[in-house]
Amino acid sequence: MATVTVPEEKKIDSTPAAPEESKPKTITLRISRSNPSENLETKFDEFKVPVQKWTTVLEAILYVKSNLDHSVAVRYSCRQASCGSCGMKINGKPRLACYTKISELDSNVITIEPMNNFPIIRDLAVNFDQLISTHKKMKPYIINEESEVQPGTKEFIQTPKDLEKFLQFSYCIKCGLCNSACPTMATDESFIGPQGLAQAYRYTADNRDQGKKDRLKIVDQSHGIWRCHFAGSCSNVCPKGVDPAMAIQLLRGYLLGFRK
Amino acid sequence: MVIKMRESIIMKIHYGTALGAVALVAVHILMRMSQKFTDSLAYQNVMANYHFLPYALMLEVILVLLSVHGFNGLRVILLELKQGVTYERAINYGSIAAMAALIAYGSRTILMAGMGMS
Repeated sequence: MATVTVPEEKKIDSTPAAPEESKPKTITLRISRSNPSENLETKFDEFKVPVQKWTTVLEAILYVKSNLDHSVAVRYSCRQASCGSCGMKINGKPRLACYTKISELDSNVITIEPMNNFPIIRDLAVNFDQLISTHKKMKPYIINEESEVQPGTKEFIQTPKDLEKFLQFSYCIKCGLCNSACPTMATDESFIGPQGLAQAYRYTADNRDQGKKDRLKIVDQSHGIWRCHFAGSCSNVCPKGVDPAMAIQLLRGYLLGFRK
Repeated sequence: MVIKMRESIIMKIHYGTALGAVALVAVHILMRMSQKFTDSLAYQNVMANYHFLPYALMLEVILVLLSVHGFNGLRVILLELKQGVTYERAINYGSIAAMAALIAYGSRTILMAGMGMS
């Protein structure tokens, strides 16, 4: 068998250059523990967690569940900021745990609490019933008697400009962070909230929709759109870049007659 | 009897009364500057304002605008503070009653001063 000898100087090192080693460090995770069904007082449990620069808060919580205390209650699913399940208050601000890196918090002590303005089920898991029922009340679908699929009808024309009017609001993942940050929701439990109002605007602004009258009637009530004080904290915390505060102002424009 | 008014109508009145009140109160303050401030508050000058019909009417309008705006503002604050059917009904009707009472009392003062019955 013939052998090929590669000259010494032409030998290629097939092992790729190792990436710069990330120094693992240990942080303290303070997790709020509560169980309203058993009337237990809220307390904070502290856990030492090793983290890398890419470790997310959700990964740190899952480390705790796997290695330190499996009883920590947390809701999560996709781990990529798509499902909106892992909303919680991280160092005082509502954020998605899967979308927040420990390194960006710039602190060795991370305090994790359940979202404000939601009933707590246990620890970090909150009840989404009100958010979902309010969302449903906003009729979050296109209302149009004509259907694109009926024979003899043309597809609904929508220009890029038409789409632009509502596109960002369709990115909502119903994580509830906006409702959690809303100061009105903190005192007015009947308030529709930024999530519901932004969704009402999303469908009202859609030129294929004919349900504007119905939706405006729903939001035009004593605990509806007028209770927003335009603090803007909802827009500040949205992980998907949605601006509910703007949606509320635009929706008010319909009610005040500035928009048709 | 249950009075139902859409919240958007109430808020249009709220914003309208705010703008109207700002404009008329500005006129009211500017009128103080037509003479020395202390003179403008002298008894005779104040009474003269009430005897001058257009000015007395403006004061009446300011009274109505501020009462409507103020009590609706208070109603909104109280509605956000607590919720409940009975509570909200009490706040709604209580605000209207308080507003009507203030307007009635203020109008009486303007009317009596205008007629020289002080």
